[in-house]
Amino acid sequence: MAEIEVTVNGDLRRIPAGLTVRGLLSHLELHPGMIVVEHNRRILRKEVYDDVDVQPGDELELVQFVGGG
Amino acid sequence: MTALDTEVRTADAPLTIAGRALRSRLMVGTGKYRSNEEMVAAIEASGAEVVTVAVRRVDLDRSVEEGVLHHLDPERYLLLPNTAGCYTAEDALRYARLGRASGLSDWVKLEVIGDEETLLPDTEATIRAAKELAEEGFKVLAYTNDDLIAALRLEDAGCAAVMPLASPIGSGLGLVDPFHIRTIKARLSVPVIVDAGLGTASDAAVVMEQGVDGILANTALAAADDPVRMSRAIGMATEAGRLAYLAGRMPKREFAVPSSPTTGMLDEG
Repeated sequence: MAEIEVTVNGDLRRIPAGLTVRGLLSHLELHPGMIVVEHNRRILRKEVYDDVDVQPGDELELVQFVGGG
Repeated sequence: MTALDTEVRTADAPLTIAGRALRSRLMVGTGKYRSNEEMVAAIEASGAEVVTVAVRRVDLDRSVEEGVLHHLDPERYLLLPNTAGCYTAEDALRYARLGRASGLSDWVKLEVIGDEETLLPDTEATIRAAKELAEEGFKVLAYTNDDLIAALRLEDAGCAAVMPLASPIGSGLGLVDPFHIRTIKARLSVPVIVDAGLGTASDAAVVMEQGVDGILANTALAAADDPVRMSRAIGMATEAGRLAYLAGRMPKREFAVPSSPTTGMLDEG
């Protein structure tokens, strides 16, 4: 299966080619409801996760709420 | 006088920010707890409704921390995402927008730090970021110095509340300058929430006795030996200080005045 290289949270990763953002979250076993995605410095609304393809060289930030003051 | 009369005569209007009436004048953080179970129990004991959270990268190896949403019900608490750790207005905007994109809250606790050692705020950058976020429709609660001019500029920028510090973040020093806090409260129209620096329950009472609208505390609760007891104590002290402020304290005198009658003593002529 073809793979591509992308940067996720600052680290280079090889992932299967042809994934949407939602597909990437599933691949990483992340629950979309708990995550916010920034794709090439643009924040994605959850409604478009199925419509946005992950391309070679993309930079993704996957963030969540953690404890803080 | 009945118990109901007492309820009526000691009642207080709720703290209202951006049109939302809150069930407590105490807001609490979620950082630094020893466990998630302890955090949840402490927040419950505090009585707080507004709960701050930070925005951070997901740990893809899952070796460290799982998200706070696995433990806190967003229906029960109003989540207040912060921009902690940001040193520029641009970073703070990015974190604020990520927080809002959760779909859970359009409130943001804006903080732009200006110095690593003291964690004191960069007020110029905070004011600039506040203006931008308010224009984007955020309800901005801005962390700032106990400086009147910065507080006024933040109000002008469209902040829903202004949050001057009691003392540096995590210091536990309590309220170092009551005068400046009272000055800010006297001059602002939006709610004034004192944020950062509280160490224990009496600090919360002293802050509320200055007449401010509320308190935000995190380390004072989380770093206590028993966070659940301390959270309850700080919740009670917040109410006690508020009530004492509304009651109006007696004047201070540097001499004694007897509280029992000086007449009617035995053997009086």
